[in-house]
Amino acid sequence: MPSSPFRRPMALFGLAAALLMATPEVRAAAFDIDPDHSFVEFRIAHLGYSVLKGRFNVVRGSFDFDEKNPAAAAITMEVETTSIDTNHAKRDKHLRSGDFLDVERYPKATFKSVSFVENGGTGRMSGDLTLHGVTRRVEFPVTLIGSGPDPWGGFRRGYEGHLEIVRADYGIAHNLGPAAERMTLDLFIEGIRR
Amino acid sequence: MWKNTSTRYGLIARTLHWSMAPLLFGLILLGLWMTGLEYHNPWYHRAPAIHEGFGVIAFALFVVRLIRRRIDPPPPLGAMPEWERVAARWTHGLLYLLMGATPVTGYLITTAKGRPVEVFGWFSIPAPFAGKSGLEDLAGQIHLVFGITLGALALAHMAAALKHHFFHRDDVLRRMAGALPDKPNHLNA
Repeated sequence: MPSSPFRRPMALFGLAAALLMATPEVRAAAFDIDPDHSFVEFRIAHLGYSVLKGRFNVVRGSFDFDEKNPAAAAITMEVETTSIDTNHAKRDKHLRSGDFLDVERYPKATFKSVSFVENGGTGRMSGDLTLHGVTRRVEFPVTLIGSGPDPWGGFRRGYEGHLEIVRADYGIAHNLGPAAERMTLDLFIEGIRR
Repeated sequence: MWKNTSTRYGLIARTLHWSMAPLLFGLILLGLWMTGLEYHNPWYHRAPAIHEGFGVIAFALFVVRLIRRRIDPPPPLGAMPEWERVAARWTHGLLYLLMGATPVTGYLITTAKGRPVEVFGWFSIPAPFAGKSGLEDLAGQIHLVFGITLGALALAHMAAALKHHFFHRDDVLRRMAGALPDKPNHLNA
């Protein structure tokens, strides 16, 4: 008869005990980004006379945060570039085209942190932003909005961060005028602890 | 005079045909040109508005034309090889299909996020639904393929008409050009 853990109760028990003991330590600080309460938005000047706002509707990722070791905090997140939404069908179609995001070639934009320096409720996040197939190291301030239990038995933690980028650095150089060479990414990220 | 006879198209059919021919070629060329415009070009907003306005008119003319063709069938084709009849039937079928479907896909681009299509500020056509994610891209790709296919078929249709006129010297082009008498003509018998 072949050997199987299910035929060896003690081995199964040992495995389960090992998992149970390891779990709190490994997973206590892991958060999944809540796609319903996380927003990756952007702002860009319209001709220098006003501001155009938009967002990416599909956001996912996870982050780690341990109160005892904030410097170990890390985040990995991505957006689907096709989910760009500026509340205007023809403009969104143009933004997805080769003139801008080229979503067929670059369906995802990602951010992977490399370091986090905490200073009370704020911190500086440093990491690699990949947009339009170009990866660049960026650094920007993030602020803890709040953290605590939610009414449904979960535990949540939310941040905001704002990052200014130069479009041409990422090869998105379609001319929108001198006021619109830079743009700002506004991130509102809420995680649910696993 | 107004209706088709056994040898020529009537005035209504000819008016529809010859107004839609330049309109459709104009729309296709305008569409290809305007989608490449740079943001600061003065035509960046104006050209799509014109394209949409004339697109709605083209669709309205198409509907009239389709209904009218049912009521008042075209004159039968003269003597020609069977393959030409089959080719003509397929080309006309596809031309009609695309004359109807191309404006619809264009309408779905503009209205994909719930905005109406404006027709020269005279009136607007509301969006079919409040918004459908990604519809503008799918509709845009289909619109491009349909538009180019329509243009290519119309060129083939033109080439065939000219071939009949100059090589076979028959009445195929004349009966739409309006250069034939209403009575059956005997030159081509």
